[in-house]
Amino acid sequence: MSKNVLRVQDVTMQFGGVVAVDNLSMEVNEGEIVSLIGPNGAGKTTAFNTITGVYAPTNGEIYFNGELIVSNHPHGKMKKLYAGQNNGKYKKIVEHTPDFIAKKGIARTFQNIRLFKSMTVFDNVLVAKHMRRSSNFFSASLHLNAKEEKKMREECLELLRILGLEDVKGEIASNLPYGKQRHLEIARALATNPSLLLLDEPAAGMNPQETDELTAFIKDIRDKFSLTVFVIEHHMNLVMDISDRIYVIDFGKLISHGTPEEVQNDPKVIDAYLGVSEDE
Amino acid sequence: MTKTVDNKNRLVTPKEKSKKLGLLTAILFLIGLYAVLIALDNFIKPSTFTLMLIPVLKKGAIYSLVCVSMNLLNGFTGLFSLGQAGFMLIGGYVYAIFSIPASQHPAVYQYFDGGLIKFSIPELLGKVIGENAGNFIGAIICIIIAGIIAAVFAALIGIPVLRLKSDYLAIATLGFAEILRAFFQWNALGKITNGSNLLRKYTNFSDMKIEIGGNVIKLGTLFPFLIATICIVFVFLLINSTYGRAFKAIRDDEVSAEAMGINLFKHKMISFVVSSFFAGVGGALLAMFQTTIQASAFMSAMTYEILLMVVIGGIGSISGSCIAAFLYIACSEWWLRFLDSGYLPNIFGGENIAVPFFRDGFRKVVFSVIIMIIVLFFSKGIMGDKELSLSRIAGKFRRKKKAAASAGQEVQSK
Repeated sequence: MSKNVLRVQDVTMQFGGVVAVDNLSMEVNEGEIVSLIGPNGAGKTTAFNTITGVYAPTNGEIYFNGELIVSNHPHGKMKKLYAGQNNGKYKKIVEHTPDFIAKKGIARTFQNIRLFKSMTVFDNVLVAKHMRRSSNFFSASLHLNAKEEKKMREECLELLRILGLEDVKGEIASNLPYGKQRHLEIARALATNPSLLLLDEPAAGMNPQETDELTAFIKDIRDKFSLTVFVIEHHMNLVMDISDRIYVIDFGKLISHGTPEEVQNDPKVIDAYLGVSEDE
Repeated sequence: MTKTVDNKNRLVTPKEKSKKLGLLTAILFLIGLYAVLIALDNFIKPSTFTLMLIPVLKKGAIYSLVCVSMNLLNGFTGLFSLGQAGFMLIGGYVYAIFSIPASQHPAVYQYFDGGLIKFSIPELLGKVIGENAGNFIGAIICIIIAGIIAAVFAALIGIPVLRLKSDYLAIATLGFAEILRAFFQWNALGKITNGSNLLRKYTNFSDMKIEIGGNVIKLGTLFPFLIATICIVFVFLLINSTYGRAFKAIRDDEVSAEAMGINLFKHKMISFVVSSFFAGVGGALLAMFQTTIQASAFMSAMTYEILLMVVIGGIGSISGSCIAAFLYIACSEWWLRFLDSGYLPNIFGGENIAVPFFRDGFRKVVFSVIIMIIVLFFSKGIMGDKELSLSRIAGKFRRKKKAAASAGQEVQSK
C-alpha cells in the first residue's frame, strides 16, 4: 500500500452554533489525485481551510506525512456549545499558522483568485521561494545573497517555462486574462516545492475546452513534480476524469467515498445533488 | 530583444544595460550633489538666496528619509501606521541626551540638578581623536543609538499593535505617539528628558566639519544628505530583495502571502522595526537641524505632514517620496512664504506690490488648496508606485518627440 500523505481524522469545524464540517475523516495517498465534491455550502473550502491552518478545527486531528500538524478538542467557549461527535477523544492542542503548514509542504490555490495583484508574474512566483531562503535579513537586504537569489530566479523561470507563462513574466498579475491567472496561481503554489497540492475549484469560470485542458494539465504537473493532488471541483467531467478517488460531503458530513464509478452510482450522492423526492 | 555580448562573454539584455547606466547616473548625480553642497557651505558667499536654500535642503533631506521610512511601512508593507512622529521624538531625544557636552549639563538641566547622564559621546571621542573628528563620528554613533532605541520601542509596541489591521493599527500607533509625547514631558523623568523644557547645546550641523591640511571644511549641509542617502539606499535595496517581495506580497494579499509560507507577524515586525529605526534617525537629524528639541513639537500634525508628502510623492515610490519631501519643504518654508508677508514680490525689480489679504496664515490657505488639487487630480501622486529611472524619462521624451513628429507630418500632409 502506498504512503499516506494526508490524514484528516474526525475533524469538526463549528462556527458559533453552525457546524460547517461535521466529523470528517479523509485520507489521501501518495501520488493520488483525490477530489472533494459536494453541493454549494457543503463545507468543502472550510475543510481545506482547516487543513492549511487558516482555521483551527473545533475537534479532530490532521496528519501530514505521518506528522501531527493540527489537533484540537472543544475547549473554552466551545466546550458548552459543541454539537459534534467524538467529544473527548482528542486531548492535544496543536495549532499552526498557515505559513508553517506551507513550509511543511502543503501548497494551495484559492477559489476566488488571490494573486499579488500589483506585482509582476515573475515576482508572484518568486515570493513563494522566500520561505526556502537561507539568507538572513541583513545579508538579503544588502544583496549579499546573490547566489541564492540567482538560484531562486532560475528555478522560477524554469517553472514559468514549464507552465507556459514565460512570455508574460513581466506583466502585472492583474492584467493577465482569467485563465492565465488560474495558471499563475498554480505556478505560485508549485514554486513552494510542495508534496501535496490543494486546488480549490481550479476550473471555476472556465469553458468546457479550457476545462479539458486543465484536466490534462493537472495530471501533467502531478507526474512532473511528483505531487499528490487534492481537488475541490464542481465540473463533474473533470472530477470523473482525473480522480483516483472521490469524497462527497453534504452539510459538512461525509456521505460517500470511493472510485468515480462507485460514487456516480451511489444513491446518496444523487439525492444530495438532486434532492430527495417528498414521496419517499 | 537584441542581446549583446559583454567582455566576459555573458549575454546582456538591454534591460540590464539600462540598469547599469541608471546606477552610474545615480552615482554621478550624488557626487555632483555632494560637491555642490560642500561648495555651498565653504566657497559660495552667503546671500539671501543661499540663506533660504541651505535650510530647505537640510530639512528636505531629513524629511526625505522620514518619508521613505513611512513609505516602507505604508506603501510597501501595507501597514497604515501613524506613529512616525513618536519614533522621531524618541530618536531626537536620545540623540540630544547623549550629545550634550558635560560642561553644559548644569545649564541645560537647570531644574533637575544637571541631569542623570553626565557625559557626551562626541566630547568623549573628541578627547581621543580630536574635536572635529570626535564631533563627526560621535554624532554618527549617537544617531545610530537613536535609531536603535526607536527600533526597540517599535518592537515592544509592535507585539500588541501589529495584530491589528488597517484603521485600528493607525489609531493605536497614533495613540502611542501621543502617549510618548506626554511621557517625555513627565517631570518624574526630568533627570533624563529635562521634563517639558528644551534640550539644547548638543552637537548640531554647524559642528560638522573636518580639517584637511589646516583648512577647515564645513560639512553642515552635506551631513544630513550623507546620512539620508545611506539610509534611503538601504531601504531601496531592502525593497528589491526577497524580503521586499515578501512585504509587497503582504500588502497585496495577506491570506495568500501566508499560504506562500510568509510569516505575517514576523515580516510585519521587521518592516515596523526598520521603519522606526529610520524614523529615529530622521528624528535625530531633525534635532541637529533645529539645535533645540522639545517634545511638545512632535504632534500628530507632524505625522500628517509626513503622510501628506508620502501621498503627494506616490505611495510605494521611494524616489517619489524624496521629490515630494523637497518640494513640500521648499513650498512651505520658502516659495510660498511671501503669502504671509503682505506683499507680492516684484520680479521685475520694482517695488513690492501690497496685497491686502496676504497676511499671516494665508500661506496655509493656498497650501491647502494646492494639496486638495493634488489629491483630487493626481491621486496617485507624482510617481505613482513607479521609481524614477532613466528609461522612463527617455521613454517620455521619445513619446513627446513622436507626438511632435506625427503632428508635423499631419501639417505637412495638409
